Amino acid sequence: MSMHKKERLVLVGNGMAGMRTIDEILARDPDRYEIEVIGAEPHPNYNRIMLSSVLAGEKALEDIVLHPHEFYARNNIGLTTGDAVASIDSASRTVTTVSGRSLAFDKLILATGSRPVVPPLPGLELPGNCAFRDRADLRRMQDASCNGTHAIVIGGGLLGLEAAFGLMRLGMKVTVLHLMQTLMERQLDEAAGYLLQRDLMARGINVITRAETEAILGDKCATAVRLSDGRELPADLIVFAIGVRPNIDLARKSGLEVNRGVKVDDTMQSTHPDIYAVGECVEHRGMTFGLVAPLWQQAKICAAALCGETNAAFTPPANYTSLKITGIDVFSAGALGARDDGDEEITLRDAGTHQYKKLVIRDGKLAGAILYGEISDGPWFVELMESGRDISYIRDRLLFGRALAQAA
Amino acid sequence: MFHSPSLPSPQTPVKTTCPYCGVGCGVIASGDGSVRGDESHPANEGRLCSKGSALGETLGFRGRILYPEIEGKRATWDQALDHIAAKFSAAIRDHGPESVAIYASGQFLTEDYYVANKLMKGFLGTANIDTNSRLCMASSVAGHIRAFGEDIVPGCYEDIEQADLVILAGSNAAWCHPILFRRLEAAQKARGTKFIVIDPRVTASCDGAELHLPLRAGSDVALFNGLLTYLADTGNFDKEFVEKHCAGAESAIATAREMTINDIAAPTGLDQHDILKFYSLFASTPRVVTAYSQGINQSSAGTDKVNAIINCHLATGRIGKPGMGPFSLTGQPNAMGGREVGGLANQLAAHMSFSSPQHIERVARFWKADNMAQRPGLKAVELFEAVHAGKIKALWIAGTNPAVSLPRADRIREALHSCDFVVNADCHHGDTSGFAHVRLPARGWSEKDGTVTNSERRISRQRAFRPAPGEAMPDWWMFAQLGRRMGWKDAFAYEKPVQIFREHAALSSFENEGERLFDIGALATLDDGEYESMAPCQWPAPKEGRQGGRLFGGGSFATPDGRARFIATRFGSVTETPNEEKPLILNTARIRDQWHTMTRTGDVARLSAHTPEPYLDIHPEDALRAGLQDRGFTRVESAHASAIMRVRLSSEQRPGEVHAAMHWSFTNASTGPADRLVGASVDPISGQPELKASAVSISPQTMAWHGLLLHGERLLKIDSTYWCRIAVEGGYAYPLAGANPLARPGETPGDDWVLGMLGAEPAADLTVYADPMRGVFRYALFREGRLIACLFVARDSAAVPDRETMAKIFAAPLPVENRARILAGLSLDGVANTGPTICACFAIGQTTISETIERSGLKTAAEIGAALKAGTNCGSCLPEIEKLLRAGNPAAALIQAA
Repeated sequence: MSMHKKERLVLVGNGMAGMRTIDEILARDPDRYEIEVIGAEPHPNYNRIMLSSVLAGEKALEDIVLHPHEFYARNNIGLTTGDAVASIDSASRTVTTVSGRSLAFDKLILATGSRPVVPPLPGLELPGNCAFRDRADLRRMQDASCNGTHAIVIGGGLLGLEAAFGLMRLGMKVTVLHLMQTLMERQLDEAAGYLLQRDLMARGINVITRAETEAILGDKCATAVRLSDGRELPADLIVFAIGVRPNIDLARKSGLEVNRGVKVDDTMQSTHPDIYAVGECVEHRGMTFGLVAPLWQQAKICAAALCGETNAAFTPPANYTSLKITGIDVFSAGALGARDDGDEEITLRDAGTHQYKKLVIRDGKLAGAILYGEISDGPWFVELMESGRDISYIRDRLLFGRALAQAA
Repeated sequence: MFHSPSLPSPQTPVKTTCPYCGVGCGVIASGDGSVRGDESHPANEGRLCSKGSALGETLGFRGRILYPEIEGKRATWDQALDHIAAKFSAAIRDHGPESVAIYASGQFLTEDYYVANKLMKGFLGTANIDTNSRLCMASSVAGHIRAFGEDIVPGCYEDIEQADLVILAGSNAAWCHPILFRRLEAAQKARGTKFIVIDPRVTASCDGAELHLPLRAGSDVALFNGLLTYLADTGNFDKEFVEKHCAGAESAIATAREMTINDIAAPTGLDQHDILKFYSLFASTPRVVTAYSQGINQSSAGTDKVNAIINCHLATGRIGKPGMGPFSLTGQPNAMGGREVGGLANQLAAHMSFSSPQHIERVARFWKADNMAQRPGLKAVELFEAVHAGKIKALWIAGTNPAVSLPRADRIREALHSCDFVVNADCHHGDTSGFAHVRLPARGWSEKDGTVTNSERRISRQRAFRPAPGEAMPDWWMFAQLGRRMGWKDAFAYEKPVQIFREHAALSSFENEGERLFDIGALATLDDGEYESMAPCQWPAPKEGRQGGRLFGGGSFATPDGRARFIATRFGSVTETPNEEKPLILNTARIRDQWHTMTRTGDVARLSAHTPEPYLDIHPEDALRAGLQDRGFTRVESAHASAIMRVRLSSEQRPGEVHAAMHWSFTNASTGPADRLVGASVDPISGQPELKASAVSISPQTMAWHGLLLHGERLLKIDSTYWCRIAVEGGYAYPLAGANPLARPGETPGDDWVLGMLGAEPAADLTVYADPMRGVFRYALFREGRLIACLFVARDSAAVPDRETMAKIFAAPLPVENRARILAGLSLDGVANTGPTICACFAIGQTTISETIERSGLKTAAEIGAALKAGTNCGSCLPEIEKLLRAGNPAAALIQAA
């Protein structure tokens, strides 16, 4: 161990992106920093993405712990849980927590994540509604399933559908209310959206599209929601899953430049040279991030920068999504359809096995892929999109996947 | 009434005879479909060709006619036969006996033929019975009669083995008489027998040939006249033989000399050196056999060609001796038997002739017939002209498919369509049966009992070893029934084939004091058991005297003076000479693995792979000139019809001559039969049509789309400019091409069209692939999870999968995970199924992970992540990966447990 005094690194936010950055730093230079981690949730770091699986009863909470307490201890990392950072004094390089603790830092990583968007509905103050963001939300939903029958999930995107599926598995009668015409319209075209709706309904999840929620009804607690067309739907639990917003309150208070998210450069450095940011709270070149792949990339870049590497730069990987509902395989990447006459679509529909695939070709290159029912070639399509390779020579077999496209 | 043959058990091997070519190979077959060559049969000594070996696969009842039908409605045999008897009687009553006709087949057994011939020529009073042997053997028959006084093949198969030189003239024996060709190859190996092929095309028979003479279509007479002149000029005549045993040599030589040897190159298009090499080899080789087949016979000069060949053998005395002689190779299994009974319209019976009143009287006496035909009837082409002209009021077609096989097939169809009354007795529904007013189910090979005679005069038994399907009956029984119902109960009282055979044999020796060489009197007294167990035997087989063997070696021919006749033959060009408008000559021929109009072989997958489509074979130079590309399409036009065919470039074609196989028909290809394009000019003596030389023009046919349909069902018609049916394992492949676009760019073909092509109902379980901009569309139809059909269409032919690749899709049930993948149009062999998805982020399946664990001996999730990326993104799947690790690695499981 070197004898000079180590630099102090404080991680604000004990979540996936932040802790992955710590992993990356430890992998590069384990002795470089004296590390303190402060997390608002009263748990060691867990895999937030897998809350859906826990809700669905497919995994236990202990399955999703990414960094158990022993990890912090083994790596001499100071861990504070259940206490959020209230302010950062960038001049004196100290942070102060809600409980009043102060910690000095040489470098700081902001990883405050995001917050669920909750619409300003009448009746929002009634108990019985929640988002689906953390273990507390999970607990609320689990409890509600023990006491109530009807669940309403507002938002038919990725998270909402996973919540709906989990609640159904817990025995609730679930209705998904979706504002748009088809589900997951940011990731799926209409054909795939309809297939998804049909398959969900076949599993017992009620889906109402073009559903505009007007109010939450109830006396002491929520008992129903009312739609703009006047329909009232019974609800013992209401889950909001209409999107997230970067959590930038702390950054703004601390004088960092923010827009929708905390602004960072290609090395994940904020407008303060000693403060970096990773995860869902950042904004890089106008983009914010909600999927895990770019977060891992950010963690790598940020760690490299903090370890003195100068050549690392963040380039967001191609966005792709897969839905984690057992038995419903959905994959989406890139363009959802032809943008103009120059774009071309190739489709495959198999009514018998509920398969649907669509590729979007632009200038002889793959620009988008939607896979429904059979998704094994999704990553290969992402690879092709990222590489920008000309696919004309394998076009007639491309949609059938890597094994067949490369067979002959 | 009818003694059904007693059938052996399905496993009992039965000796019978192959139903294909005239080689007449012995086959040992049993009801379970096993087939092998008969080692004891002299024709093949155990060998079988590709078609013969696949006989067991032709035994299915798919497409069979099972019951009598009147006007498409099922009827009893009594109803059908009474109806026919009434129609034939009425036609004769109202229009005379010449208004009825039978068109029969070289597929008939001798017994079938005998009864049909007796009925017509002895009782209905007309010789209007002709057979498809007219298309095959008639010129040889006529040539034999002209030269020898009787229709005699002088040699035997052993001659091919004992020859030092074999000339294959107009014969692709390697494909059309394969076992004989094997025997030739064996002789080449054993004793260095050389062979020369005379054929406009390079064929499989040219392999190993000393010389190939690719002569111009129809120039054989010039070539053999030149040979005769050469033999005369070089002192190679056998003067003693010619003087003692022949007549007419001078005039034949004088006529031949009208062209000098130097003149031969021009009409034949051959190299002078090659011609002289042939002549000199022939001249210097005493043991020479000239085996000839359809290239000689199917010609407007067929009889002259036959005699031009025979002239050369007479001149050298090389006939009827070991390893020597002219040898007609018959096309059909029983063309020879048909000739024995008089199955051709210009023959009477048992090698007796209408030209002799004594013969007519003698046959009448033998048959106790009081209504004998007095003159020859109409030969096939004339017969169908008479049908077209409305002169034939009642026509019985049996065992043959004239709507496909006769020249100007379109006109034949018109004729059949307009005929008042058509009976079709056959095994299979086909092009001809569609025109029949009455359809009769006939027994086929494996179901019927009787005899056939092969090219070397050898009579063999065909034996039944399987029950016939439905109510199928033998042809002889049907004709006997008609005879009885028309009033001749005694003359047609046959109950079983042996009775017919005995009568036939008795007629051959009836008042025959050696005047007719066809005498099988020794067989007239066979008892039922002897007939049943009869071994193959060669005729002549008179009651007394020499049995079988070569004929004419000693010189005594079947003419009144015992001398053979030289025939003066003069070269004339083919009838349809090429001209500016129709610059090419179309040749038609057989291919190796199909038989006739494919009713039998067309449904056997392994016989369909050799030549799957009805190609137009064309020399690359001709193709270049016409702007045709290999595997592209051409419109072929003759004076008689036009057809769109797929082009196959072949440097084996003679420039200026194109070729199409004869087998396809309207029910298995859009092209229809090649014989649509063929003219109806016939040899003036034999009446055999010129099937191998029709003038045609060709032009490129562009196609807006190409396709491949794979269907479990045997479709008879498809809505596509070009299509044909190819048997594959468990179903059929149909290559397609369309002249009109299926859809505009960016749009999809109409649902009605797609459903129609697939034979699918509107709510069918379909998998659909669409690339509208590129014009690629693919469909798979399922019923109850089973693949029914696949359709691939594309503007660009390169986007249509190979038939070979897709040929196995019906061979085994399609696993559900391949439902969509089948539309990739690629072989799915060896394409791994990844199993249920474990890592959703990188879409890694359970099978992939387990196999990687096993193969690379992985122990941790991190190692799997490094190898496959699985679990390295969101990590949701890590618990499952751990589970797979434990399952796939017992050691790891132990460590975990500890």
